[in-house]
This record gives sequence, structure tokens and C-alpha cells, in this order.
Amino acid sequence: MTKFIVILLSAVFVNNYVLSRFLGICPFLGVSKKLDSATGMSLAVIFVMMMATAATWPIQTFLLDPNGLGYLQTIVFILVIAALVQLVEIVLKRYIPALHQSLGVYLPLITTNCAVLGVTILNVTDYPDDFLSAMVNSFGSGLGFFLAMVMFSGVRSKIESADIPESFKGLPVTLIAASITSLSFLGFGGVVENMFPA
Amino acid sequence: MNEILIAVIPVVIIGIICAAVLVVASKLMAVKEDERFPAVRDCLPGANCGACGYAGCDGYAKALCEDPNVPANLCIPGADSVAKQLSEVLGVEFEDVVEQVAVVHCSGDCAHTQDKVIYSGIESCKAAKLMYGGKGSCSYGCLGLGDCAKICPQNAIFIRDGVADIRACDCIGCGLCAKTCPNHLISLVPDTKKTVVACSNHDKGAVTRKVCTSGCIGCRKCEKTCPNGAIKVVNNAAVIDYEKCTDCGACAEACAVQCIKILDLSGCHSFGKEK
Repeated sequence: MTKFIVILLSAVFVNNYVLSRFLGICPFLGVSKKLDSATGMSLAVIFVMMMATAATWPIQTFLLDPNGLGYLQTIVFILVIAALVQLVEIVLKRYIPALHQSLGVYLPLITTNCAVLGVTILNVTDYPDDFLSAMVNSFGSGLGFFLAMVMFSGVRSKIESADIPESFKGLPVTLIAASITSLSFLGFGGVVENMFPA
Repeated sequence: MNEILIAVIPVVIIGIICAAVLVVASKLMAVKEDERFPAVRDCLPGANCGACGYAGCDGYAKALCEDPNVPANLCIPGADSVAKQLSEVLGVEFEDVVEQVAVVHCSGDCAHTQDKVIYSGIESCKAAKLMYGGKGSCSYGCLGLGDCAKICPQNAIFIRDGVADIRACDCIGCGLCAKTCPNHLISLVPDTKKTVVACSNHDKGAVTRKVCTSGCIGCRKCEKTCPNGAIKVVNNAAVIDYEKCTDCGACAEACAVQCIKILDLSGCHSFGKEK
């Protein structure tokens, strides 16, 4: 149990995909303007990350690795994730239209999100023989994305009302704010390992 | 050459499998979307007032597309022009919309009635109603705190002299005020009519007389005067049956307390009419 908690916490705080690994910066900057779209996007990311891991981990372990095709990882994963997201969208539209309405806009955006691809690839390298840990890690990574998005949408709403020098208005000040936010996540380094000494 | 084939073939196979799954899924789980929906939705004004009885304009448009028995003239704010467009899009016969206007069935202003208490609570009719039926001496009358004015999407309602006053020209007939009034004083009346009973007091005449000088005392003079039998005293207050009323104005002349009024509702229902 402790193992899963360590994986979860380090995925959320220490190895936060957006703020420590700098993956998925595009939606982080693009969709974080409003809180409700930020949460919608993040929920979709959590969902897709778990689905993608559940699909790609077995492909890598049972299909690619035994046949010495491990180097096809990236291209196969992109293919599978894209198809999977499309499939999920079709299923949601048919059976849960309400969820499709709230997540629908964000699902195609995630199809080729690098954070999703990063999670799946790091999962098969970090947890090559533990499927459950891989799933927990992907859930934690999604949660970390959620945390970063919600936090940053709060930061951005403050920026909106701040008096910014003309030359910094728009993207520059957003990038500076993002870098300070990610700097603050540096403080989590080593916290989780010391909380649960092995 | 062989290495290339070993790499290409699995990817192609996985691609083909993914494509096949997607094709099957999209065929099996295709959601039938009525191609008329966007056109129908565009016709509606988008006020989402709910006067048609459906949950907003989207709901009404959906119902129109799915069920051919849903009448195309339910949009009261949109009036004739919307109904005409809808019937064109859906290919059904155009039916005239009865434009409606909200009217207040109370005339208990400062000149006719008095307050029984000084109310200094929350500025809301619903809250005031809980305190001994409101501040006014007539517990049936307008509470005058403007719940209807707050909810009106057109800002057509004002509180004048302690009674809600609806500007018929701005009223779109959505009926939100009628739903929100805790005393149920507001009702929708066809805008071709003019005669309105401006009282809803159901007390006996003597009691009504004490609290408001323009309250309906249930004397039945109007009932006897009306040539069409359109006005009836029900539960001590006069009620007009607009199916029969011809706006002759006889009842208003006969009324002992002048609580039957001739208002000008017609012709000003501008929203949605052809410009």
C-alpha cells in the first residue's frame, strides 16, 4: 500500500508532469485561462492517461518487447492513443451524452498531447513488470496535471487584474508566472522519499 | 530490407486494427442527429425563458425535431415571426401565436390601501410573505418588494406606489414573473384583450373593504352586467374568461370599486414581430 501512496504522491508533487517534467505545456498555457475549462481539460486528461496506460502497457509488454520491436514504441503508442481517444469519444457520445458535452471539446485536444505520450512511455520504462503501479502512476500524473491547471488558472485570474508593464502583457507575463509556479514545485523534491523511508 | 519490413508490417497491422475498430464503433454507435436541429435552433430567440414549456430553446428545438406533434407556435416571446420561420423549416402549417402579456391582478397602491407593519427585512417578496403574509394590510395583494422586477429578463416591471407595474410594450410574455410571485398575482393575458380585474382578494366583501378601497368585494355587479357571461365571481373575486370576453367595457363601468380596468395591451407587443 505504501508503495502506491509513494507513487501517487511523487507523481502529483515531485514529478509533476507540467511543472517538473515540462510535458503538456501547450494545454497548460492554452486552456488555463478559465477555471471551468481548466478543470474540464484536466478531468479529460486524467481519464485519457489511465485509458492510454491500460492500452499501451500490455502492448509494450506482451507484443513489442518479446518480438524485439521495443524501438517502435513511440509510433505505435501515438497510433493506439489516437485511436483510443476517438473510440472513447464515440462511446461517450452514444452512451453518456452529458459527459460528452462537458469533456467533448477537450478530448480531440488530448489525442496527441505529449503529457499523455510521456506518461505511457515512462510507465513502461519505470514499471516494466508492475501493471498496477503503472496505473497508479498514470492516475497520479493526471492528478498532478489537474493540480497544476487549477493552480495556474488561479494565478492567471490574478494576472488579469494586475497592472503589468506594456511589454510584458499577454504571453510573456504568463510564461514568467508559469516559471515561478514551477520553481515553487521544486520545493517538493525529496519530500515524499523522506516521508516514507524505505 | 528485411528489417524495414519487420518494423513496418506490425505498425501497419496495428493501424489497420485500430481503423477497423473505429469504423465498426462509429457505425454501431452512430448517434442520429437531426440535420434540421441547427436550423430550428437558429429560428428561436435564445432567451431560454421556458415559456414554451421546455427546458430552454435547445430543449424546444430538440422536441420539435423529434416529435412532429409538438406545435410550432409555442414560442411566445418569438411570436408570429418565429412561428412562421419554424413552420417553414419543419414544413408544417403555420399557426398563429397568441401573444401574451403579463398583467398584475392588484391595484392596492398607496392611495387605496395601507401598511399594517413596518417591514425592514430582506428585500424580497418571498421573505416578506413569510412574515404574517407581508407588510400590507391585504394579505392577497402585491408585496411591492419586486421579486418579479428582479426576474424579468426585459426589465419591463417596475414597482410604482407599492404595486408592480408591467410595461406591456416591453413584456415578451415569458411568464417568469407569474411563476415567481408568491401571491400569484400575475397572469398572462392575450395581448388582444384590454379588460383586466385588478384584484385577487378572496376575503368576504366587508373584510376586503376594510383593507383596500379598490379591492373586489364580490358584489357580482359585473357578472350581471356582462352581455356574454364572460366574467364570474369565483371565491369572492371576479375572474374574466378571455375566450368569451369581447372587451365591451361594461363590467368596468359597473364595478363599484373600480377594480376592473381597461388597459391598453394590444399592438405594443413588439418583440419578435416583423420590423
